[in-house]
Amino acid sequence: MAEKSINIKLKVWRQGGKYGDGKFETYDLKDIGTDMSFLEMFDVLNEQLVSKKESPVAFEHDCREGICGTCSMVIDGQAHGPMKGTTTCQLHMRSFKDGATITVEPFRAKAFPVIRDLVVDRSSFDAIIQAGGYISVNTGQAQDANAIPIEKDTSEKAFDAATCIGCGACVAACPNSAAMLFTSAKVAHLSIMPQGKVEAQKRVEAMVNQMDKEGFGMCSNVKACEAECPKEISVENIAIMNREYMKAVLGADPERK
Amino acid sequence: MNNWFIRFLSSSIGKKLIMSLTGLFLITFLLVHLGGNLQLLNDDEGKVFNLYAKMMTTNPLIKFTSYGLYFFILLHAVQGLLIWAKNRAATGTKYAVRKKSPNTSWASSNMALLGVLILVFLGIHMGDFWFAMKYQVWPNADLGNEMVKYTLDDETVAKVKNLYAKVNWSFSQEWIVIVYIISMIGLAFHLWHGFASAFQTLGLNHKKYTPFIESVGKIFSIVIPALFALIPILYYLGIRWPFEFHFI
Repeated sequence: MAEKSINIKLKVWRQGGKYGDGKFETYDLKDIGTDMSFLEMFDVLNEQLVSKKESPVAFEHDCREGICGTCSMVIDGQAHGPMKGTTTCQLHMRSFKDGATITVEPFRAKAFPVIRDLVVDRSSFDAIIQAGGYISVNTGQAQDANAIPIEKDTSEKAFDAATCIGCGACVAACPNSAAMLFTSAKVAHLSIMPQGKVEAQKRVEAMVNQMDKEGFGMCSNVKACEAECPKEISVENIAIMNREYMKAVLGADPERK
Repeated sequence: MNNWFIRFLSSSIGKKLIMSLTGLFLITFLLVHLGGNLQLLNDDEGKVFNLYAKMMTTNPLIKFTSYGLYFFILLHAVQGLLIWAKNRAATGTKYAVRKKSPNTSWASSNMALLGVLILVFLGIHMGDFWFAMKYQVWPNADLGNEMVKYTLDDETVAKVKNLYAKVNWSFSQEWIVIVYIISMIGLAFHLWHGFASAFQTLGLNHKKYTPFIESVGKIFSIVIPALFALIPILYYLGIRWPFEFHFI
């Protein structure tokens, strides 16, 4: 199939730094191949900007195959754009019509301050993971894979939660800028598995407290996050986290460190 | 504060849990209140209703529960507004373009607004009936004798406040009827999201029964406010039902 090409008008948020005021700039792009990814389209734009001695649009990217969670952007009012279950890097220009005006904004949340243009600081997510999103094991020789038998359904449920790439689209989509889908995916993933159960109570308490400390909002069960999550993480995980949290705080030994 | 319980209640999940539990309590209250109200439609000049109102204002257990009710209404309202303010503070610059999510109902993103509407209604409603009943402030001399006498089955005579007459007068006022209808529509939207949401916050989400909870919530959110709104409408039109209904 021969490649088609389209002309588009791109409205992009440009912002100098954390404290500067941002504004939209409009760029006309001609002959954009529909097989290009959205980020490749930005590469084309940036080459043009550089050749005109203008500063390129800053955006984050790494693997460009939909698994690293680095790319962000809110495209036409949707985190990662109009295609369901897809990251921005895996979104292709065939999803847009010829002559379309595409509005691109950074992820918006107080806990995600803009660093430059479309790049936001998502280290608040790192802080939540550092608070408890891990299991403590001694390093050394690899464990025998079958030492702890795990039912397939259980491992699949945990895996579904573990597919969260931590991109922050849930926060971007949430009208309250809540990070509950992200945090709950991590809590659920680990608490479902026997290896994670050991520290389950300590973990959920620490992660929820850190989430609150980072200044995220509170879930009002609007479920916009689930619809825009590139990995289609279910809000069932939020219910799991709520249960785990109640169990941890109400049921735990008050002497527990 | 380092008390574990205070820390729990002031965490994001704890705050939502308060909303969920008080919300579910208020949902059960709605059912009881509706049951009592439907007695207003008896064609008996308010006898069944007035005797019920007397019982509700004098029974010590009900009195005790009613203080809990006032407290939970205020807790639900204040906590809801605090959560709303915190959530507003957590959001950054507004998006220039926002696409409505297919998952999101209008009600779910306007719970605070709907809650304020219901709170204002509660103010009007309590002023109109609760205050009038408790302090015997009847707005109109035409209401006649504020106490009525009923001969009970065991031949005793009960002298009770005539709240029915007050209801009858209020619901003959066009603006009051309109306020009630609008408020019940607001309540319907609030419940449309609130009912199922309360269960999700409690951690009750399961593929087997969540669809059932959601369906019950949607039916509840339409039927209960509709029945509440039916009473002022039928009073305004002067219609009563042809059978006698006793709630308890």
